[in-house]
Amino acid sequence: MRIVEKIVYLDNAATTPVAPEVLEVVTKALSGACGNPSSHYSVGYEAKEFVDTGRAQVAKAINCQPGEIFFTGCGSEADNWAIKGTALKLAKKGKKHLITSQFEHHAVLHSMKALEREGFEVTYLPITSDGFVRPEDVEAAIRPDTALVTVMMANNEIGTIQPIKEIAAVCKKHGVWCHTDAVQAVGAIPIDVQDLGVDMLSMSGHKFNAPKGIGALYIRRGILPYNLIDGGGQEGRRRAGTENVAGIAGIGKALEMATGHLEEKMAHQRELRDYTINRILKNIPLARLNGSWENRLPGNVNISFPGLEGETILLDLDMHGICASTGSACNSDSLDPSHVLLSIGLPEEIGHGSMRFTFGPQNTMEEAEYLCQTLEEIIPRRRAMSCMWLQNENTVRDFNLKK
Amino acid sequence: MASMYSEKVMDHFAHPRNVGELPDANGVGEVGNPKCGDIMRMYLKIENGIIKDVKFLTFGCGAAIATSSMATELIKGKSIEEALKLTNKAVVEALDGLPPIKVHCSVLAEQAVKAALSDYYRRQGIDPEPIVGKLEEDCHDCNGACGI
Repeated sequence: MRIVEKIVYLDNAATTPVAPEVLEVVTKALSGACGNPSSHYSVGYEAKEFVDTGRAQVAKAINCQPGEIFFTGCGSEADNWAIKGTALKLAKKGKKHLITSQFEHHAVLHSMKALEREGFEVTYLPITSDGFVRPEDVEAAIRPDTALVTVMMANNEIGTIQPIKEIAAVCKKHGVWCHTDAVQAVGAIPIDVQDLGVDMLSMSGHKFNAPKGIGALYIRRGILPYNLIDGGGQEGRRRAGTENVAGIAGIGKALEMATGHLEEKMAHQRELRDYTINRILKNIPLARLNGSWENRLPGNVNISFPGLEGETILLDLDMHGICASTGSACNSDSLDPSHVLLSIGLPEEIGHGSMRFTFGPQNTMEEAEYLCQTLEEIIPRRRAMSCMWLQNENTVRDFNLKK
Repeated sequence: MASMYSEKVMDHFAHPRNVGELPDANGVGEVGNPKCGDIMRMYLKIENGIIKDVKFLTFGCGAAIATSSMATELIKGKSIEEALKLTNKAVVEALDGLPPIKVHCSVLAEQAVKAALSDYYRRQGIDPEPIVGKLEEDCHDCNGACGI
């Protein structure tokens, strides 16, 4: 029951539309290159060319060799591979301890849970109230039997950019492998794996205007986690399965486009982000920005509206044609408050009333204004219906059922 | 528009009936849990055993607002005896169904009515338990969806 015609898509951290230029390459790969890249005849070579080009484009974008890029089915697979492949490999050397943080994506957290069931030990590092993992906490957690440190490059809900370079340096000093889930960061901010010094890095195509169903894991030469998918000799014998030729062509083209003029795109998104944060904090009582404003993804806004539950805001926004998110989309079937917001110390009832708006390069200032104007209309209206909001005092009430 | 909710639910969400406070209420009940993210407060104005007026304030999701709204419609003008017979199932049916993960909201709506009726009896100096029954502490019956 939308009350407006237009659609304002402000959920670019969930997924992004496929760029027309990417669609063109994907269509070309799907319609033309019908061969198997492993086959030795012209039609096979044609398909292989799409794969080689895509790999070279991805490698160039993050400053590594094409042979260090391994395509996967998604970002989650890349995370699973890096974590489980490392754990199983290094367990042979008696290293059965892994370090991660409390606010990782579930692809990382649930991989860790799976390993814990198999007898591995995992340290979950705390998060500061402004949304960061501290490199000194990483160093303090490292033990002689630590196999891997994995901390995300940028958080998917609150957009805080983690000190991965410093964390990787700590890992190097102690001879521990270092992985980063950079699914939210690749294509959004400059990523140079040489500068970062990480051993492995995960990415996902659909976060930067490639189709869904294609991801990649960067693995530094010399780092050899066990395979996750065994089978044929694709991807240098390290990830079996006939290549997703069109997906690879798409992720390559999309990342080449995303990293071109990146500074300009970041400046544009920052302008929309800062305008939105400033206006909401100024015009909506008690609104609270979650995560540091500094060192934040250029397109990420995450704000709590005390007194309200997020789904109420989500549904109202949807009626106004605005697509946003309460926490992360993967959580929409769960009633738990976001583990990310709890990790930075938000009380549960405030965590429930939090919204994420993520701008992409295609969004406009007019759309940011429309979002703010809509929020200014719906938040007071919904607060007046909430038993958590004290209308006369313009504040939330202390929650205590027994009172 | 595609939605996880029925048109009835969206109608009650977009235009809740009987929303607000009732200053001269003689029965007020509140149920819920901040972990689940749903808290309902129900106000009743009862005269001669009839629910003359009813209002609600709800902190919660779309289903919580819609079930509160529907529950008030179902008991307004009814006798206490009829209101006591209100079940969460009746609320769900009147809304043309709820997604399974949201059924606990209808339980909360039923409990909010019962909590308000209990308060009414207590104010009359009558022990509500034999009449209304024992109210569960906080929420229940969400099948662990809230993780408690």
